[in-house]
Amino acid sequence: MSNQRILLDPTAESEPADRARLARPESLDGLRVGLLDISKPRGDVFLNRVEELLTGLGVTISRYKKPTFTRVAPVDLLQQISAECDVVVEGLAD
Amino acid sequence: METLPDGLIAVVKRDCPTCIVVVPELREIAAQAGPFTALSQDDPSFPEGVAVIDDRELERSYHLKIEIVPTLIRMRGGREVGRAVGWNKAEWRGLSGIKTLGENLPENRPGCGAINIEPEHEARLAIRFGDTGLHSRRITLGPLEDDIEACYDRGWSDGLPIVPPTEERVLRMLSGTTRDPREIIGVIPPNLAECSVEKAAVNAVMAGCKPEYLPVVLAAVEAALIDKFCMHGLLCTTYFSGPMVIVNGPVRGAIGMNSGGNVLGQGNRANAAIGRALQLVIRNVGGGKPGGIDKSALGNPGKYTYCFAEDEEGSDWEPLSVERGFAPGVSTVTLFAADGMQGIVDQQSREPHSLARSFAGALRVVSHPKLVMAADAFLVVGPEHGRVLREAGWTKADLKEELHALLRFPARELLRGAGGMAEGLPPIPGLEDKVLPKFRPDGLNIVRAGGGAGMFSAIIAGWGASGEMGSQPVTKEVNG
Repeated sequence: MSNQRILLDPTAESEPADRARLARPESLDGLRVGLLDISKPRGDVFLNRVEELLTGLGVTISRYKKPTFTRVAPVDLLQQISAECDVVVEGLAD
Repeated sequence: METLPDGLIAVVKRDCPTCIVVVPELREIAAQAGPFTALSQDDPSFPEGVAVIDDRELERSYHLKIEIVPTLIRMRGGREVGRAVGWNKAEWRGLSGIKTLGENLPENRPGCGAINIEPEHEARLAIRFGDTGLHSRRITLGPLEDDIEACYDRGWSDGLPIVPPTEERVLRMLSGTTRDPREIIGVIPPNLAECSVEKAAVNAVMAGCKPEYLPVVLAAVEAALIDKFCMHGLLCTTYFSGPMVIVNGPVRGAIGMNSGGNVLGQGNRANAAIGRALQLVIRNVGGGKPGGIDKSALGNPGKYTYCFAEDEEGSDWEPLSVERGFAPGVSTVTLFAADGMQGIVDQQSREPHSLARSFAGALRVVSHPKLVMAADAFLVVGPEHGRVLREAGWTKADLKEELHALLRFPARELLRGAGGMAEGLPPIPGLEDKVLPKFRPDGLNIVRAGGGAGMFSAIIAGWGASGEMGSQPVTKEVNG
């Protein structure tokens, strides 16, 4: 027996079974942009430069930081970001 | 599955006394009756002394449609040409050609139930080895997805956890009806999407239904689609209302519905799951969701689930279904576009006129004390109030007549601004000299339900757009 779990679609099947990602915004005009540092080395260098470029375009930036990259973000940080931002950029690698 | 060989096949299990009794006969058949295969359902070392094929996976038993063990089958040219179920001396002698077979055994000895038809195996085997006929799209979950969270993530839930609709569960649910899973029972608003019996069953699984509830769910969905009920408008309104289901007839007892204590509350699986299944069909098949087409300003808790049974046994009145034209003994669902419940307390009335005045006073405030002929209502008369009416010999018609007489008001008291309230009837010339009824002629409905202690009844107010302009109660027979 395989462990694959299959459910039957309860809907009218008018949408694709694979859930689409949210559409990318056409522009950042009027959007609240967050920059999330996951505490990987030199992530701050990357995000500082992103902030510099976006600020130069007139975009308002909020900065956030995870305590450690080894664990998922704390719930209160996730809630804060989702309440305060429309768009988030994070630096994922060293 | 490989083709079974020609000759004789015996399907057995060790956990069957008859199978154990016939072991010597099986050895005799193996020795004397040509090609022979024993299929063991539970223990490949049984029966001792003959060649056994291990059928613990039950695939061969499933394809052979075994219901009883032992079963002896004669195959010829890849086709079955004879079968004996249980031990029967004449049949086994006929199939084996051994005229002395089972000399010491009785003429007949019934077998035991085969493992492949046990409820926990039947649906699984159909999915694994058969053609289930299920037509719904398969959604494969990711290896790290939690089943219930996956259902939330896909938007299938009303906010509470749902039972993940696996193929096994849906197949078992469909065993509750004789209807074809592909039969279309109607188009569900707002997206006007076709709903098959199977799609209703998928949502019934998610709602927590047992298979035996499915006919009631199907009737409720069909009733919601009757034009008079106006499900589409009910779904879209800013008003509080949602579909409420009242069940009448023998199906109530058959599936264990509650018509007694806490009848409008939680705790009974059938009441809870049937009402929820209807809402999930509307949500998932029809696409009707709050924040989307469902524009209710406040909603009401019954929009999770709103279903109960009438207390016919505790009532001396004709059931709602009979009043609505169905024969006694016929199971029905009646749907009403319902708001939440408002209690009526009257612990003092011991005669019906006083009690009717209490009812009327409470009914007057449905939607607004100055609005009339707009919202219908259901009055749910509790057992202790029912007793007061019964002891005075009042029929349901007597109570309705009294309430309609009490619920008439001079229009001038109902006009906008009257009583210091801006809400009210528009100033139509000639209106203020009239006397107006609170409810349209068919707008006040009465059922009996509730627990035996407490002089309480309840009002379930209806949609402000009740009647021909909006929703009217509808009743549908519950069929298999």
